[in-house]
Amino acid sequence: MAKLEYAPAPESRAIVDIASSYGLFIGGEFVGPVDGTPFKTVNPATEEVLAEVSAAGPADVDNAVAAARRAYDRVWSKLTGRDRGKYLFRIARILQERSRELAVLESIDNGKPIRESRDVDVPLVAAHFFYYAGWADKLAYAGFGPDPKPHGVAGQVIPWNFPLLMLAWKIAPALAAGNTVVLKPAETTPLTALLFAEICQQADLPPGVVNIVTGAGETGRALVEHPDVDKVAFTGSTEVGKQIARSIAGSAKKATLELGGKAANIVFDDAPIDQAVEGIVNGIFFNQGHVCCAGSRLLVQESVSDELMNRLKRRLTTLRVGDPLDKNTDIGAINSAEQLARIRELSEVGEAEGAQRWSPPCELPDRGYWFPPTLFTGVSQAHRIAREEIFGPVLSVLTFRTPAEAVEKANNTPYGLSAGVWTDKGSRILWMAQQLRAGVVWANTFNRFDPTSPFGGYKESGYGREGGRHGLGAYLR
Amino acid sequence: MLEGVRPSEITATETSLRRFLHGLPGVDQVGAEARAAGLSTRSIKTTAKQTAIDLAISMIDLTTLEGQDTPGKVRALCSKAQRPDPSDPSVPAVAAVCVYPDLVTTAKQALGTSGIKVASVATAFPSGRSSLAVKQQDTRDAVAAGADEVDMVIDRGAFLAGRYGAVYDEIVAVKEASGDAHLKVILETGELATYDNVRRASWLAMLAGGDFIKTSTGKVSPAATLPVTLVMLEAVRDFRDATGRQVGVKPAGGIRTTKDAIRNLVLVNETAGDDWLEPDWFRIGASSLLNDLLMQRQKMKTGRYSGPDYFTLD
Amino acid sequence: MSERLAVKKTYKLYIGGAFPRSESGRSYEITDSRGRFLANAAMASRKDARDAVVAARKAFGAWSAATAYNRGQILYRVAEVMEGRRSQFVDEVASGEGVSRSRAEKVVDEAIDRWVWYAGWSDKIAQVAGSSNPVAGPYFDFSVPEPTGVVAILAPQASSLLGLTSVLAPAVVSGNTAVVLAAEARPLPAITLAEALATSDVPGGVVNLLTGRTAEVAPWLASHMDVNAIDLTGVAGDEEQARTLETEAAENLKRVLRPAATEPDWTSEPGLDRLTYYLETKTVWHPVGV
Repeated sequence: MAKLEYAPAPESRAIVDIASSYGLFIGGEFVGPVDGTPFKTVNPATEEVLAEVSAAGPADVDNAVAAARRAYDRVWSKLTGRDRGKYLFRIARILQERSRELAVLESIDNGKPIRESRDVDVPLVAAHFFYYAGWADKLAYAGFGPDPKPHGVAGQVIPWNFPLLMLAWKIAPALAAGNTVVLKPAETTPLTALLFAEICQQADLPPGVVNIVTGAGETGRALVEHPDVDKVAFTGSTEVGKQIARSIAGSAKKATLELGGKAANIVFDDAPIDQAVEGIVNGIFFNQGHVCCAGSRLLVQESVSDELMNRLKRRLTTLRVGDPLDKNTDIGAINSAEQLARIRELSEVGEAEGAQRWSPPCELPDRGYWFPPTLFTGVSQAHRIAREEIFGPVLSVLTFRTPAEAVEKANNTPYGLSAGVWTDKGSRILWMAQQLRAGVVWANTFNRFDPTSPFGGYKESGYGREGGRHGLGAYLR
Repeated sequence: MLEGVRPSEITATETSLRRFLHGLPGVDQVGAEARAAGLSTRSIKTTAKQTAIDLAISMIDLTTLEGQDTPGKVRALCSKAQRPDPSDPSVPAVAAVCVYPDLVTTAKQALGTSGIKVASVATAFPSGRSSLAVKQQDTRDAVAAGADEVDMVIDRGAFLAGRYGAVYDEIVAVKEASGDAHLKVILETGELATYDNVRRASWLAMLAGGDFIKTSTGKVSPAATLPVTLVMLEAVRDFRDATGRQVGVKPAGGIRTTKDAIRNLVLVNETAGDDWLEPDWFRIGASSLLNDLLMQRQKMKTGRYSGPDYFTLD
Repeated sequence: MSERLAVKKTYKLYIGGAFPRSESGRSYEITDSRGRFLANAAMASRKDARDAVVAARKAFGAWSAATAYNRGQILYRVAEVMEGRRSQFVDEVASGEGVSRSRAEKVVDEAIDRWVWYAGWSDKIAQVAGSSNPVAGPYFDFSVPEPTGVVAILAPQASSLLGLTSVLAPAVVSGNTAVVLAAEARPLPAITLAEALATSDVPGGVVNLLTGRTAEVAPWLASHMDVNAIDLTGVAGDEEQARTLETEAAENLKRVLRPAATEPDWTSEPGLDRLTYYLETKTVWHPVGV
């Protein structure tokens, strides 16, 4: 028994009001589906059913796209940038006002710790809307020519790992640039998107500018392949990203894709070691490792490998796995049974391939989907757990001898989303950053996001950038 | 990096000492501050809060270090130290009382057989600007008067000028003059300015034989910030791993509220660990903190928010 | 039936976040466009100007170090508060500029929207005005815009709110602090704007507002050695004055924004000139190597 045991510190659920069922948000209203079958969304920490959600069938997607097109033609394309900006500012303000409610709902539906949804996700969501609100009437200065134009209707499909944040990354720039949108949230995490629809109503956003169609893979495909969608934006798996790229081939549709990753987090012998340990932990255990840019491969310089691993293992013993609504939880639930099965499968592969598996002792709740933070040491590039994206709290540890070797190993992957570099030497940071084939390089930090900072991948991690001035490019022509 | 540390080799010459201290891993300011801020979000409630409050009270070095201190003032402080809340005997006593050397005798008499320690500042506190001879005499006077603990200041001028050997030698000399009294070494982290310096000064003080490393005199701002205390906790943890010897940590100055105190305990808990969650290994130098802890304690018992009228002055 | 007697407002200076009267104790009459009495405004002295510069300098460190996001949030809040005070602004603009109520409403709306426009630049100007530079060598070379410091602003004489907003917002959004001398004959909207600033989380000293005689106060700002830049818009049309002030300003090489021959049309979209005028570009080099 530790001298200072932390008592439960639950965030109250009372602030959220989850309906028993939800319609689709089309043309500014919640409407029943025409031809989709409803599905249930579940709290992954308890397996409790939260609500019944409509799935949008092909006719529903059709209606949504038509509503977006009408809104574009009649209203949104006729508004000044100044006025589009004002709507976005309103939305940003309401997001701030309802921030606690959004954070609690996100944790309940997704499984992530309330500390993260409260301190990271939701503040970034509001900040994203603020940032892009300010671009709406300044497009002439954005570097895309004196009078850039929107595409028209954007079809957007987002994943379950950062539901509201991914929604913000998609909707804010699209609207700022003058497009209207139809967005499909992930099947396991629809609730904050539906609350966002309410917020659009509170902001008096003209009907049809934002449409939310819930559903699974079929809905997403119908949306992406819809002939009246001008622009496709997708964040999700590389496999689906490739399908999308094939389906739009030869058409006039533009696409941006933000896909998977297997980032190398590289620690040199002169790294500020205690901060490096924090960066490693943050890199793979933040959000249960359900992060496309997660630092899932630790590349540690061989000369400090033992010391680093000792410190890392000691640090992992203070991680708290449990109830996402407890303010002291560091690692929440795995988002779904499917994802848990995948993580377990790949971890077994890791053991079978000869890597050494280690987890700190931790008590997992009986109900819900849980996986303890896990390390595999003795991993090499030839192991599957060094190549395939696990998308869970599993770190593969490899070693290297020289900077060049670190670069080689880091780049030896079809992915190229992000990378981390830990060293006290400025010129080495810059040299590594230059050499690494990754869209985001974090030096002496990891998993830092800002609406002003462009994010996106090289190679099979996708193309296009979200955030910053560059992020407007996806939504203008 | 820190394996196989052999103190005698390290401190043999000025060069070897400098090489060692400058070879310690750097501290990234932004990362260290982010870690401290992250730990500050720990929510310590109900039973955990009760435990933490009592633990914090038992770790306090109740302090008065003013030019205007008199025997009367010190006696009042000692009375408060023994009986923080006259209406509630369940409140633990504090760890120690901290005064100037010429008031040690008064404090010792006032504390009697209570078991509360008397800590004395020494070595030309707070500036540390005097000769070694004066500093040693200052220390001997305090110990002769009955001080159980000595809180010395390092020579920051020498440290910032890179004369690590001089700083080291002084600490060794003061340790000797302290006899059986425990030596706390005040780094005055606000003047050291960088976390790298805090790490280096911590190691220097421990290599020289300090029993405790302490953040500040309380006379300079900033004093005990959470990131500074974090770096010092990492240092004592690493030092024990490398040499087997455990050294204590005392943040002092700027810790005024229960929230501050609990945040410090969380830092200890998740950095150095259980072994340091004891008054023998972790102290908090404070004066007004005690009443805030008592107020919070009472709120937990009665459910009501309280006010200053209900708590005694020291 | 008797009408309710209004409680009339006193108009004071705005220095360091507080609303003091002039240290000189003087005031002067403000009348409307038809010569009817509106209020006594404080008549700022050189000492008030001096105090304002001290306050602006004191506030500069924290304001320029705040994140761009934070500054943008605060300036957006100013717009929210201005929107709430809309009718007070409309009264003061209508009476001071001698325009109809509906014209005044348009002007006030434009001023609020102008404030929003500038708030949105806070976290974008670095992306537009900065760059990484592809030097011919193994160096990472980047240029960042930084605020110049304390900016003195002689606000336009005719456009007492929209013009004022258009010369003030671009200076402070990027982190500069300002000492503003309001339009001499129609300073009332400026003081009300100061009240909006004071209730919008704008730290004290970031904006300081003086009312009084341009001819008396401007030379003290132009010659002040701790002012980094000066906007001479308030003496537009007076070439003699403008030349004298610019000459004084040369003593510490202030960045001088010269006045136009006549007051510009404030309703058209401003462009980046004012925003970038008060920025210094800092270029940094760092080697790239293992």
